Formats: sequence, structure tokens, C-alpha cells
Amino acid sequence: MGKIIRGRVFKYGDDINTDVIFPGKYTYSITDPAEMAKHALEDLDPEFAKKAKPGDVIVAGKNFGMGSSREQAAQCLVALGIGAVIAKSFARIFFRNAINNGLLAIQSEETSRALETGDEIEIDVEKGEIRSAKGTFSFPPLPPSVLEIFEAGGLIPYIREKIGRKG
Amino acid sequence: MGKTFSEKILSLKSGVDARAGQIVTVSPDYVMSHDNSAAILKTFKKLGVEKVKYPERAVIVLDHTVPPSTETYALHHKEIREFVKEQGIENFFDINTEGGICHQVLPEKGFALPGKLILGADSHTTTYGAFGAFSAGIGRSEVAAIWATGELWLRVPETIKIVVKGKVPKGVYAKDIVLHIIGKIGADGATYMAVEFTGPVVEEMTVASRMVLTNMAAEMGAKNGYVPPDEKTFEWLKGRARTEYEPIYSDPDADYRDVIEFDVSDLVPQVAAPHTVDNVKPIDEVEGTPINQGLLGTCTNGRLEDLEVAARILEGRKVAPGVRALVFPASWEVYREALKKGVLWKLIEAGCVIMNPGCGPCLGAHEGVLAPGEVAISTANRNFKGRMGSREAEIYLASPAAVAASLVEGKITDPRKYLE
Repeated sequence: MGKIIRGRVFKYGDDINTDVIFPGKYTYSITDPAEMAKHALEDLDPEFAKKAKPGDVIVAGKNFGMGSSREQAAQCLVALGIGAVIAKSFARIFFRNAINNGLLAIQSEETSRALETGDEIEIDVEKGEIRSAKGTFSFPPLPPSVLEIFEAGGLIPYIREKIGRKG
Repeated sequence: MGKTFSEKILSLKSGVDARAGQIVTVSPDYVMSHDNSAAILKTFKKLGVEKVKYPERAVIVLDHTVPPSTETYALHHKEIREFVKEQGIENFFDINTEGGICHQVLPEKGFALPGKLILGADSHTTTYGAFGAFSAGIGRSEVAAIWATGELWLRVPETIKIVVKGKVPKGVYAKDIVLHIIGKIGADGATYMAVEFTGPVVEEMTVASRMVLTNMAAEMGAKNGYVPPDEKTFEWLKGRARTEYEPIYSDPDADYRDVIEFDVSDLVPQVAAPHTVDNVKPIDEVEGTPINQGLLGTCTNGRLEDLEVAARILEGRKVAPGVRALVFPASWEVYREALKKGVLWKLIEAGCVIMNPGCGPCLGAHEGVLAPGEVAISTANRNFKGRMGSREAEIYLASPAAVAASLVEGKITDPRKYLE
């Protein structure tokens, strides 16, 4: 697909849960993507949504996205234009939600350790490469059936294609 | 080499000989959603599909914001009612005296059965594993996809077997045991994996207590929890099961990622301190912490045995002045039983406010959220920052006995002295 993501790193720690990514009090009241974007990571870093620009990348420790199954945790990051989340590991439902919403979720311990807030990086999705001043890191591709969903832009566009009712 | 429960059931539901690590496409027996169905149905409509493929497999339970406290919530409920009518979804539990919290309603109404595959748009869908079902949480779009196609991809999980043995001491309950396990293995100790709860202590447990284990499996990062179904399970399901069912068990020579033994003979009451569920300590380390609110109930600990143990401690005593005691029975069946048995009366006399069955303030939406600087002790399953309202509030998680004892004293209290 030849997609290149360019942006700055926002680095956070381990066990970032979905309640701080998208607070539960909004899950049944805020549905507009632009509004959702404003609350991304609100209970972890209230400045994040103001500072982040399209293409910027979240780098975190282990178990990113733990907790509630709320899909808005992935959607609010997509709405904000976040290019990817790189973590030592992901909580399973968040990982699914990321793929299903076309958000790149890269599991890479060494990248997570190496990068810091403010680093400029470039992610080559096709090559499976993360390039930065700190070095070049590779990441394994998604399993084929899951990659298909991601490449379609998420589960909903994928199903639309599959059942042949576009538009 | 034999297969685990998860490998066997996902082979059966996908039609391929599946092993851990493989990705398979499965057809779930049921797909559960709750108030989030309002968002799901909008996604569903974007798919360009007219009809839910298998309306009989959809189960919708209103529980997160019931009755609605805002116009937006009310509108969501209205949209869901219109949708279930239009789609012929009969398994719909509205706001009345029949339903309750989804994770209690699906077992009570006979959906959660041994050998069934249930996916739900809620992380605590793991609960139904207490009945020998394979049940896992999924995202909202995934429910829309299942409504449209009847299928979804799943990765077959590796399995951790947890063996609980020893003699359970007084004042120690399933909640203490599972908190202890989470404290040991960590909030990501079982990420992507299946967790089988076995051993003499689990065998001795009531069905209600087993549900605490599988409910909290989500807090270890697990995909699903499982308790091998036995006579107790079958007895509990009598008169409830909607269909015939076939239990599935792990083979004796199944390949486990890990087998971990816990001897609970010396265990003391546990708490999860702010702000993560794996920040588990023996209760004496936080004893004396003043509380503003105590929460009894929810899908984790809102069953009859939970309310009974709380009532046993609160009977003839009073909730400490200035402390709010909120009770959320897990379902209307539980509510009715507790009412008939006089359990709710005892709680009311002690000063507890009995709320309608539902999720209440557990996820911070309504009905008892916390102000900045406040402290709560709760029987629920999460204590993340901001979970119950203010991000400046603190939440301790504990057993119903520990919450009841803390309510009496107005500070976190070891329940054992009230159980003499």
C-alpha cells in the first residue's frame, strides 16, 4: 500500500487504560468524531489533544488500551489524526478495535524503549520499518486475514467491500 | 497432544482444526450488546445491509444508563427499541422488572450455556465462561459486522490454567481470591489468553462465586475465562437453559502456556488500591482510610450471596454518618429474591440506598459518581482514574463483606471482626 506515516512522538508509560484514553462519562454522550478527538487521552494528558497533529504517533509501554472494550478509545485517536500507536504490547480488545478502525497498532519493544517524546519518526507500513534519528526498527506484518481488514480502512469498509455494496 | 477447551470450541465453531495462535472465522451462537446498541445500529446501517442476518442470535440488554438520566440516553434507548422491532430481535431486555445487568441476565435467561460461543460488546463478557461457554468481549463495529454476516475473526488463544487449592479462610471470598491472582500475575498477565479456573476451591464455589472469577478475568487481560461445568452448573441451569447444550472440556494432555497454583489457606481479605486493578494489597495495609461512598453490587458482586453477606454485617448496625451506601442488585431476579428474603430490608434499615439493577456509577455515567477528592470502596471490577466520575477521586475494590464493614465504620475495615 506504500503508506508512509510522518510525525512526532508522544511517549507514555505502561498499562494506559481506555478510561483515560476516552473517559467513560463520554461514551454514551459524545458521538461526533470531531468532538471525540478533543477528549483523546484527556484523563492521562489533558494537553495531548491540543498538541497532537495529524501523523503524530503515540509510543507506550506494555498493555496499551487495557480495560473497557469501548471502541471510542481507538476512534478518538483516529479522529485526531494519530498516525499509529507503537507499544510493547496491546490489550486484546484495543488491538482489535484499532485494526477495525484502520488505526495502525505496532507491537515493538525495542522501538518503545528507544523513542522519546518529541522524536521525529517515519513509519513505512509496507516495509514494516520505523525510521528515526535513534535508528531504524522493523516490525512484523499483520497476519494476512487481519491485514486485509486494516488495508480496507477498517472492518466496516471491509465488510462493505465483501458484501459488494459500496457507496 | 490434546486440546484445550478454547481450541476445541473454536474448532467446532469455525469448522477447522484450530490450535492456539491460529486465526479462525467463527459463527457465534449469540452476540450481546447493551446501551451501546444505539451506536452499533448506526454502524450497521452504514453497511448497506437491510436485515440482521440471524435476529435470534442477537441479545440486547439495556443496563448502562437505566433509566436514562439525560435526553441523549433516552434517545439512544428509543432508537434501540425501534431497531429491535424493525429487525424482529426478540431477545431484548428493556427497562422493566425482568432484566438487569447484561452479564447477569444472559445466564439467568439461559443464553450462557456450556459449549456456547458468545461475543459481546463489553469487556466483561468473559463472565459467561463460569458456565463453560466461550465468551469474549469485542468492539462495537464487530457486533455490527456479526449482525450483518453472522461471522467474525478470532485468534485462538493460548491457555493459562489456574489451580486454586487450600482451605478458604473466614472473611475471604471469590473476590479476594481473584484480586490476589490479579495482583500476582498483573493486569496484563493473561493478555490475549484464555484462563481456566480449576482446583478444589473452584469446585466448591457456588455458581455465583465462579462468575466473580470469570468476570474479573478481563482484568488480567484475558480473552476469556472458563470454569469446567459440573453438576452445580447443570443444576443452576435447570429451567433456565433455552436450548440443549453440550459441555466441552480440555483434554487431560492439553497444551497449557502455563499452570499456576494458588493455595489460599493463608489468604486475608484483599483490596485493589487506586488506580489499577493489579495494585492489590492485604486489607490491613489500607485499613482506616476514610471513605465517602460504598458501592455494593454490579455485575461483579451483585448477586444474592453478595447482598446476603453484606446484610449479615450491616444488620442491626448503621452506615457511618456522612457516608453514602449504594446497592445495585445485578438483576431484577436478584432484586426480587433479596426483597422476598428480607435482605433489602436489612440493608435499608442500616441506611443503604437500594438502586435499580444496572451498571450505576461503575463507569461514571450516572447514579452516584464521585466528586474530586472523594474516596469510594466498591465491589465492582475497575478502579481506574476517572472511572466513577472525577479523575481526582479514588476507588478501592474489595469483597461485599469488606465494603459492608467499611460502610459501618466509615473507613476501610477488615470484615473479619464482623464475622465472628
